[in-house]
Amino acid sequence: MSTTEHSEYIDSETGKLGMWLFLFTELFLFGGLFIVYAVMRSKYSEDFHHAALELNAFIGATNTVVLLVSSMTVAMSLTAIQKNQSGKAVGLIFITLLLAGIFMVNKYFEWGHKIGLHLYPGSDVMKTLPHGEIMFFGLYFMMTGLHLLHVIIGGILLTIVMLRLRSGKINYEHYLLHENGALYWHLVDLIWIFLFPLLYLIT
Amino acid sequence: MNYSTPTAPLNYLNHKTGLWSWLSSTDHKRIGLLYLYSITVFFCAAAVLGLLMKIEKFAPGETIMTAQTYNGIFTIHGIIMIFIVVIPGLAAVFGNFFLPIMIGAKDVAFPKLNLFSWYVYITGACLGLYSQFAKGHVPDAGWTFYVPYSAEVNSNIVIALTAAFILGFASILTGLNFIVTMHRMRAPGMGWFRMPLFPWSLYATAWIQILATPIIGITLLMVIAERTLQIGFFNPALGGDPVLYQHLFWIYSHPAVYVMILPAMGVVSEIFPTFSQKPIFGYMPIVFSSLAIALVGYFVWGHHMFTSGMSYEARWFFSFLTFLVAIPSAIKVFNWLSTMYGGSVDLKPPLLYAISFIFLFTIGGFTGLTLGSLATNIQTHNTDFVVAHFHYIIFGGMGFGFFAGIHYWYPKIYGRMYSNRWANIAWVFVFTGFNVLYFPMFIIGLQGMPRRYFDYDPKFQTGQMISSIGAFILIIGLIGMISNLVYHRRRGAIAPANPWHGVTLEWQVPSPPPHENFDEVPVITHDPYVFDNPVIK
Repeated sequence: MSTTEHSEYIDSETGKLGMWLFLFTELFLFGGLFIVYAVMRSKYSEDFHHAALELNAFIGATNTVVLLVSSMTVAMSLTAIQKNQSGKAVGLIFITLLLAGIFMVNKYFEWGHKIGLHLYPGSDVMKTLPHGEIMFFGLYFMMTGLHLLHVIIGGILLTIVMLRLRSGKINYEHYLLHENGALYWHLVDLIWIFLFPLLYLIT
Repeated sequence: MNYSTPTAPLNYLNHKTGLWSWLSSTDHKRIGLLYLYSITVFFCAAAVLGLLMKIEKFAPGETIMTAQTYNGIFTIHGIIMIFIVVIPGLAAVFGNFFLPIMIGAKDVAFPKLNLFSWYVYITGACLGLYSQFAKGHVPDAGWTFYVPYSAEVNSNIVIALTAAFILGFASILTGLNFIVTMHRMRAPGMGWFRMPLFPWSLYATAWIQILATPIIGITLLMVIAERTLQIGFFNPALGGDPVLYQHLFWIYSHPAVYVMILPAMGVVSEIFPTFSQKPIFGYMPIVFSSLAIALVGYFVWGHHMFTSGMSYEARWFFSFLTFLVAIPSAIKVFNWLSTMYGGSVDLKPPLLYAISFIFLFTIGGFTGLTLGSLATNIQTHNTDFVVAHFHYIIFGGMGFGFFAGIHYWYPKIYGRMYSNRWANIAWVFVFTGFNVLYFPMFIIGLQGMPRRYFDYDPKFQTGQMISSIGAFILIIGLIGMISNLVYHRRRGAIAPANPWHGVTLEWQVPSPPPHENFDEVPVITHDPYVFDNPVIK
């Protein structure tokens, strides 16, 4: 999290190394959930199959495309600032943030639908389901919830990047925060790439 | 904070004064001291809790507290000692203070992040305390928070779990900072294998902090989700698996043992050459054994669960790996002993503590092998034998390593000397008290005294009584040791820049070090531990 160091323009290699290490810790954080998913899937493969059919693969696929495109726009924005086109960089970050917004709106409707069906942890309907299905929905909410939290953090980070691009604090000589923000956003994308097939596609 | 005389040169202690200049300082040395003071306060509190437990066990039956209070006390004793004192411990205090100086840097790579880590740490520590005083019952699930008990019991578990989660975050940030510092900030000429051994041990430690801590983070979050959202990851009633919790918990918490012990090994690796006035014996083996301990230590967690229900193959595999860790640990012990052999050994307090470290760590290590063997584990599992073993490793290892470090670097940190005589007397009490306190627990543990019980069969009374007496001796020793250090903080004789004739970089700068460590960036032209001082024959 070299971001706190921005005002002093710390060395870009140093800052990026710190960010990469931080990203490792994020991968391991989700790694714990993936282990639980693997164990539970092998224990309750039948129930996981039934429960996964409840998820809407169309919304999941839409969100995957949205995040992939947003990863592209954030990378393009970085290229733009490296070429000293800060106006273009701001615009591309703005598009990235819009796509993040679309992702969250989709998530809102998806979760809203599940909660409408009383498929949330601790609900009366859930208590009647077999153990494996309870586990699947528990994991579904925990994993996508933690991912959503990362989308929000990434969004805040990119908003700061956008404001600093506009004020000129991030420019074609000093764009460490921009680069680290983009790295973080790619992580958000990468984790979703694993969540999507595990939860929506494998049924 | 004003204790400088008008002629005193400016140093990191007096170049700015006032409480706020400390709380807002990004100077790695001041942050190290912030950790030192907070850790000392928490250590003293948890030591008193330990003493209370020992008073309770002086005689069978209820002596000074109820069973429920006892459960609360051993839980908070464990949480404070493990998460607030021992895991940050050496790395946060001496790592912060000396790592940049020893590699010839002005500061760590991310100074603001470093200060932020301390605030995260203090937030977590205060939340841990709050779990004791908040409305409701004090947490009583032990520091291991085993489910299903921790998921069902009606006490402030969520607060304690959140505290541990936040403390883990501080640990990750410190580790991250140290790795980047060592990769990017070494002085010109200081190649990797010219780094002193304390930074090397911190390097191995920092990787464990980064790669293992997130696992406990997510595990604690899952228990919190289990308690608040009724997602039954680990609750058998909802289809969860309690043994899975134990796996996830120990995937972090066993490597965490190496987070505790590796920096202590680094500290004594500095002390032995200095007080023998001889190059360290086997620099490379010590470096690589640190890395090997970090690596292999990752894959031994299952030995905590031999009786929890695992396949036979898993059990012997974990047992085999556990024995494997003993090899790099033993390599280090042989190297330290060989360093002293033929040296000009000067038995000052730091060396006394370092030698005690070897003695206690070896006992802890061998009894660890007893626990790591599948057959004997069943006999000793969950007995006082385990408690004695890990206190020999954690207190005898990390604790004595810390005491060795503070006596070694005290003149550098404060620019004052403590009383050697006072320190030696305190050492006698600490060392005697420690052994009288914990050694009987091996014996009553083998005889079947279970751990974490507030009451016991009268046949264990002799052992328990001796152990309780040891606790008093130990506490007297600790009071003596700490008061020596506190008293001479301002009244001790002025320390020279290099009182022990050390050769690593921290001894080349004035005591206390100047604000930015070095007036000019040092250029390293030779290996560490080259002694060419004329006082040595």
